[in-house]
Amino acid sequence: MGDPVTLIAKWFEGVLQGWGLNEDATLVVMNLIGVIVIIAFVMIIDIFLVWVERKVVARFQDRIGPNRLGPFGLIQPVADIIKLLIKENIYPKGIDRFIYNLAPLFGLFPVLLIWAVIPLSPTTIGSDINVAVLYLVATGAFISLGIIMAGWASNNKYALLGAFREVAQMISYEVPMVISLLIPVIMARSMQLSQIVQSQNIWYIVGAPLAALIFLISSIAELGRAPFDIAEGESELIAGFHIEYTGMKFGMFYAGELLHALAVGGIFSSLFLGGWRGIGAESFPIIGMFWFFIKAYFIYWVIMWVKYTFPRIRIDEMLNFNWKFLTPISLVILMVTAVLDKLMTGYPPLVYFGVMLVANLLIGWIIVVLLRRNVKVEAPKVAEPRPIARPDGAPPVPAGASSSITSQS
Amino acid sequence: MTPLQIIFIIVAVITLFAAIKVVSSRNLVHAALWLILVLFGIAVFFVILSAGFFAAAQVVIYIGAIAILMIFTIMLTRRVARDSGAQHNSNWWAAAVLSLLLFTGLSWILSRWQGFQSTAQPMLESADPLRQLGEGLVAPGGYLIPFEVASILLVAALIGAITVAWERK
Repeated sequence: MGDPVTLIAKWFEGVLQGWGLNEDATLVVMNLIGVIVIIAFVMIIDIFLVWVERKVVARFQDRIGPNRLGPFGLIQPVADIIKLLIKENIYPKGIDRFIYNLAPLFGLFPVLLIWAVIPLSPTTIGSDINVAVLYLVATGAFISLGIIMAGWASNNKYALLGAFREVAQMISYEVPMVISLLIPVIMARSMQLSQIVQSQNIWYIVGAPLAALIFLISSIAELGRAPFDIAEGESELIAGFHIEYTGMKFGMFYAGELLHALAVGGIFSSLFLGGWRGIGAESFPIIGMFWFFIKAYFIYWVIMWVKYTFPRIRIDEMLNFNWKFLTPISLVILMVTAVLDKLMTGYPPLVYFGVMLVANLLIGWIIVVLLRRNVKVEAPKVAEPRPIARPDGAPPVPAGASSSITSQS
Repeated sequence: MTPLQIIFIIVAVITLFAAIKVVSSRNLVHAALWLILVLFGIAVFFVILSAGFFAAAQVVIYIGAIAILMIFTIMLTRRVARDSGAQHNSNWWAAAVLSLLLFTGLSWILSRWQGFQSTAQPMLESADPLRQLGEGLVAPGGYLIPFEVASILLVAALIGAITVAWERK
């Protein structure tokens, strides 16, 4: 009792073997069914996410949000999907048709791949591989591939520029993300997500708050969500890489983004918030699933909170922030954590996590001190005139011209 | 045939077909995308050989970094993607003979090897290949010195790249 998923799987395995299938065939059929069940499960969540996203945005912007179809507008996403499905399928001129059609798949399937390794409950996990953390990084490769395919095949300069920006951002932010992923790996001494969750008697966010923060920031950048959504800066690039997509093809990118945001919530909660662990989860695995989704949705809500609170940052700020701020910090944290972990083996977990927390606070304090010292150096630069793109042969702008322009307007 | 063998044959056919398309397709971006399919096929082979770490590393490094870098370079180079010249020159027969010789030679050597006919040993349940790999790389009795030399080489290359790109004011 308390574990319906395993119960049904066991029962169905018995049924299959009763039909005379041998062990290999049963394994193949069971794995196929597992794939379909997980995909169906997360896609249904995805439909619901459209509603959550719209409703939460509306609340952040002091609106009500969808409220006409069904109670609290719950049927709204279904109407959205019907609309997306019956929209005209437009092919722009000069596109690379095969790649153009292939790209939306790459917008969605890597996100589904992520869900294969996340432990939803003690017993429910798609595939409990021993390199799960590295696997999560590998799925990111396919996402950036899909974006660059969409941008290139659309035969649209805005789409291509958007794809370039997005992919540059994704490869850059992958560096601090991977390094901060290593810190739970060091603490758990395993890359297996189920093992990492299992060993979190104390949540790792207690021992590694800075790593958790860096992981969250770089994950938001990987998602391409505000404040890192320069790839689709409406005033410059209209919609970025998916500008030429209509109907369900656009819907695939959109669904992929939403599901990816929840997947980031799931990864974060598995790595730092104890995953499915909670009251009663050990004896009733189904309660573990409940705790897991509570935590995942909380992180998803934080991501939305950030998205609708902060303004978009410029591309140079985005790259500087990554290479000159997040990457060095994450490297320092990694080294400190590795050394402390070796020194603290054998001590009781409370001492271990206390020392880790103190080390993190110390690093954070040093960062703040350094930032405050450097802000004085950076301040005059803001007022310097920025280089302006001008046609060839145009006379140089005399000094003080910018002030006259502002006075005219 | 076991399901694993069926998967192997399907993936092998796809990988070989994609490999041929890499050298034969006229559009360079298409060639790069076919190359990604080849690299992914090799990652699947690693999975079949139950080397999950290598499969993930293959995808991260080759598809996530190198292939994306290649696509970037192709896209940033003007008109290189629309080359309409001849796809081979007059020496094609020499290359064909050479590659055929190489293929037969390799096949002959492999067919004489004893491990060619024997079935693979099942992996020990208790052994964690990832842990063994890590210990092999950094244990003093393992490959510590080559590993450290490779790290120093990579750091030197990194610093060299920064020095080349450094804009002195």
